[in-house]
Amino acid sequence: MYDYTAFDAAFVRARVAQFRAQVARRLDGSLTEEEFKPLRLMNGLYLQLHAYMLRVAIPYGTLNPGQMRQLAMIADRWDKGYGHFTTRQNVQFNWPRLHDVPDMLEALADVGMHAIQTSGNTIRNVTADHFAGAAADEIADPRPVAELIRQWSTDHPEFQFLPRKFKIAITGSPNDRAVTRAHDIGLRMVTRDGAPGFEVILGGGLGRTPMIGKVLRDFLPEADLLPYLEAILATYNLLGRRDNKFKARIKITVHEHGIDAIRDLVEAEFPRRRAAFGGADRDWLAAIAAQFAPPAFRDADPAPYHAARDADPVFRAWTDTNVAAHRHPGYGIVSISLKAHGATPGDATAAQMRVMADLAERHGHGALRISHEQNVILPHVPLAEIPAVHAALRDAGLGTANIGLASDIIACPGMDYCSLATARSIPVAQDIAQRLDALGIEQAAGPLKIKISGCINACGHHHVGHIGILGLDRAGVENYQVTLGGDGTETAAIGTRAGPGFAADEIVPAVERLILAYLELRDGPDETFLEAYRRLGAAPFKAALYPESEPRKDRSRAA
Amino acid sequence: MSRPFTPQVVTANALVAGDVVYLTPDGHWSRHHAEAELIEDPDRAAARLAEAAAQTGTVVGAYLAEARPGPAGPMPVHFRELFRAQGPSNYPHGKQAETRDV
Repeated sequence: MYDYTAFDAAFVRARVAQFRAQVARRLDGSLTEEEFKPLRLMNGLYLQLHAYMLRVAIPYGTLNPGQMRQLAMIADRWDKGYGHFTTRQNVQFNWPRLHDVPDMLEALADVGMHAIQTSGNTIRNVTADHFAGAAADEIADPRPVAELIRQWSTDHPEFQFLPRKFKIAITGSPNDRAVTRAHDIGLRMVTRDGAPGFEVILGGGLGRTPMIGKVLRDFLPEADLLPYLEAILATYNLLGRRDNKFKARIKITVHEHGIDAIRDLVEAEFPRRRAAFGGADRDWLAAIAAQFAPPAFRDADPAPYHAARDADPVFRAWTDTNVAAHRHPGYGIVSISLKAHGATPGDATAAQMRVMADLAERHGHGALRISHEQNVILPHVPLAEIPAVHAALRDAGLGTANIGLASDIIACPGMDYCSLATARSIPVAQDIAQRLDALGIEQAAGPLKIKISGCINACGHHHVGHIGILGLDRAGVENYQVTLGGDGTETAAIGTRAGPGFAADEIVPAVERLILAYLELRDGPDETFLEAYRRLGAAPFKAALYPESEPRKDRSRAA
Repeated sequence: MSRPFTPQVVTANALVAGDVVYLTPDGHWSRHHAEAELIEDPDRAAARLAEAAAQTGTVVGAYLAEARPGPAGPMPVHFRELFRAQGPSNYPHGKQAETRDV
């Protein structure tokens, strides 16, 4: 992975020192909150419902064991002993005190991490496929390009005050695990006549006005990436709306002007930008790429792995869901579920972080990833060592076998923490997972993505959940809307609202009815929920959600 | 006819800890909702909010929140204010974990 240069390290240290002075001036009264707020947001510090929240970037979801251990130390020393991994491949600390934050940032700088541009109307943390560099289906590792974009976008003077925040995602695989079609810019690595390049997707996004991104360029040569990105950002910077926060994202700019008009403007700007680059970015990308060379894979006999699968049904079930195909023979990609039934999705204690760091070091070539689905990945584990990894994970409460299943729920912090939320998300996720565990149906139900957001901003990606749940405030009471048929992959789709919302005590039984109905409706065990929904349409699923023979009041009591 | 005034409390977040605080009748900040001043007059509510908002070295983001009388003092009306007064529902953190004043 990328190691900071002396320039990077000095830059991050300077920002910490700058923020330390800004905090001191806020505390001594030299700065008002109005003056201080944009400064703290530039450094990832929010004021939430109960406390400050520090959002730390994990660029393209890549961590080394030393960094994970430092997150654990920060959690223990300045927070409440845990961290919350988010859908943006960030980690959030929910309880810092203002005067401790400069020390937390200093501790991050010690291991080459920061919280810069995790908030504000800037280019945010660049996200990527969490299986990057390991997946069997990958064309190329997207992380060198993601790192190049991170460096280009960090403190880019032209793009510090965009009309609104701006999110870029990149995947090197045709199977989209990075939700590229729901980002401001999605980059899909492709080749044409053997030459590497990108499909550039523009104007995707969830939130108040969900949009699937549109193809701006079907093939952009790799060499043109940064000037082309700069042309897009420059176009948006001038054209994007600043009169209405709700219409300021580039998806609205694309919607209002049309993709063809935007393309014309970008293509007109592009030559000017390209002339200014001069090739330095190309040289630097090559230097970055050298740091992402694959580890020295061993040729280990996978027999112990297969023997363990044959002997231990618990291990077998876990590997069925949590181990994915690796590009190198004899290796597997291990996904560690942070979704134990009843636990808070995405949370890991400091002790669990240390266990994962140790396992990465001992068995995984020192590599760790954070997925946008709020899990942790060991991308490079010899199959023969996976039984030992599983045993250690079980001992740490990290052995849940549910990756990709219905209890592997994405949930935003919701009104338990977030000042923007209109309802809680976490208890809904906890209750659904516990109910599915009690029913014992999630293995039979197979791949099924449930995603929960606690407000219209959709941090929980509910629009692209096969079953999406949106928490709202209806006349002072929590209420949950259900959307169906969403998809965040290469066949991306925005889910359709099923009908009236459900009270807090109705939503878990409603999801249960949906899953039971799917099990009845499907062609066979190989037809997934989404496939069945696409084949049958919404009607039979709506019938399960809103059974006409049963008045609403009775449904509520049935909970 | 104008809508009848709903009783309110002044609430904010403490500058250093970020914790939820409430303005008491004697003008101090308490971490306990029940110790808040229940304001039943719109003019006084506006005046108290202005006083609170001026304390930029102590609190952040002061606003008026609806409340109602309870047996031990004012109680929140909206569920958001109830969560602010208690803490998150997934861990025993926040006010629900604390018993003493600071």
